[in-house]
Amino acid sequence: MADLISILPQQLVFGLALGTVYGLIALGYTMVYGVLQMINFAHGEVFMIGAYIGWSVFAVLIDWSVGGLHPLWVLPVLLAPAMLLCGGLGMTLERLAYRPLYMRGATRLGPLISAVGASIFLQNFVMLTQGARMKVYMTNLVFPRTWRFNIFGVNVSALVIVIVVVSLLLMWGLVALIQRTSLGRAIRAVSEDREMATAVGIDANRVVGLTFFLGSALAGAAGVLVGLYYTQIDFVMGYSAGLKAFTAAVLGGIGNIKGAMLGGLLLGVIESLASTFINPAFKDVVAFAVLILTLVFKPEGILGEKLADWKKI
Amino acid sequence: MLRLDQVVTHYGPIMALKGIDLHVDRGEIVCLLGGNASGKSTTMKTILGLVRPTSGTVEFEGRILDGLPTGKIVRQGIALVPEARRIFGRMTVWENLMMGAYVRSGEPQREIDGDMERIYGLFPRLRERTAQYAGTLSGGEQQMLAMGRALMARPKLLLMDEPSMGLSPAFVDQVFDIIQEINRQGTTILVVEQNASVALSIAHRGYVLQNGRIVLADSAAALLAADDVRRAYLGED
Repeated sequence: MADLISILPQQLVFGLALGTVYGLIALGYTMVYGVLQMINFAHGEVFMIGAYIGWSVFAVLIDWSVGGLHPLWVLPVLLAPAMLLCGGLGMTLERLAYRPLYMRGATRLGPLISAVGASIFLQNFVMLTQGARMKVYMTNLVFPRTWRFNIFGVNVSALVIVIVVVSLLLMWGLVALIQRTSLGRAIRAVSEDREMATAVGIDANRVVGLTFFLGSALAGAAGVLVGLYYTQIDFVMGYSAGLKAFTAAVLGGIGNIKGAMLGGLLLGVIESLASTFINPAFKDVVAFAVLILTLVFKPEGILGEKLADWKKI
Repeated sequence: MLRLDQVVTHYGPIMALKGIDLHVDRGEIVCLLGGNASGKSTTMKTILGLVRPTSGTVEFEGRILDGLPTGKIVRQGIALVPEARRIFGRMTVWENLMMGAYVRSGEPQREIDGDMERIYGLFPRLRERTAQYAGTLSGGEQQMLAMGRALMARPKLLLMDEPSMGLSPAFVDQVFDIIQEINRQGTTILVVEQNASVALSIAHRGYVLQNGRIVLADSAAALLAADDVRRAYLGED
């Protein structure tokens, strides 16, 4: 037990890093749910494709300039194309796979099944074009293993700090956009009352498209960060990460932006605690037990209550 | 200013409007009376393009609105105060007013702030609660906010769907005073009401809608005196 306690701080830091990444992906689920009341089950695949885009750009960088890969410029160069292309992919998915269904008055089940189909399509598309074998991020060319810091007695790698900081910055940027800009207000208005939002002149379809763009761009960034961290990526990585992030969104209260971030952090920490005190092999069991327990005992999630109250008015 | 010509609107197989003819002239307050499910709200939604007419035309300032997206129609100068207010409860009062000005996003903030001041002048309660979530306001305050939100679009024509619904009698009088005041300041108003006596007392003209058809059209004074109207809407025998 004393051994376990001694590695606990390390594990918590690991959980924190994982949790912020879950939070990034969970934001996409929760935002889309907000504007369309649908779960975009292809979201995990957008994350996976983000990891592949980052890997492709990384491979080009390594070819061009061996050595001299400083994280200060490499990281933005990996993140920007992954975010832009994934954002575009998310908008395309909405346009081709979901909008035709809900515009014709399909039930909620229609787009959901279409999302599962899109998820299978994207996985297989990546497998056929990129091969089934895993790709390797040469992370140590950018973040050498020796870059470690001692923070409050915990030994933390530079990469983990970067992952947490980048994730938090992206979340902060999103919250600022949602809270303070005209587009953010339009997204909230469409989430709350689509018809009334249309009546004040908002083009709801455009807002839904932009919501998909934002959520998918964050998933793309998360893909790059996870690729750098785990160094190995494959075409099925989006499946479990997507389910975990979905769990995080439900835990925090689906439709609630702060809930998604909180749920992500909690789930990351819960997983790391489960790995430490039970058995690493059980961390998925614990994560999905959290999903089931949330759905049974607090289906509206941690921060979902207020939302439900306001909806009644 | 606004002209509906033989407008027919369906909800699926149900024909909600069965050929509506009505017009509103600049500067008027026109009242649309009718009971439940007579087609009043559908008329409003059809004008704004929230539902599409199956046949007939809606014309505003000489321009046919058919097929225009609602955003464009709002930009022509039509705003709606919807039935049951429909304020954005999870947004602050200030944000709700900003949503009303959404179609004016190109304009300098100074212009929008100026209009916001005018609305706070009209509804001082909203100024006190500017940072509060709209969902926490009382029913009357929400009605003020819904009116303020619509006015932020600087409409030439204001559509009001049952502004008296769920309000205390004293507050109803206040709301209708403000409607008259808005009209005096130059906004044309088409108001849908079940509360015929109050609505007709401020309107210039009125229409009576029944089962998706206009059954009466006259000056407000004549409608107030008409036996059918008194029986149907004023609860008199």
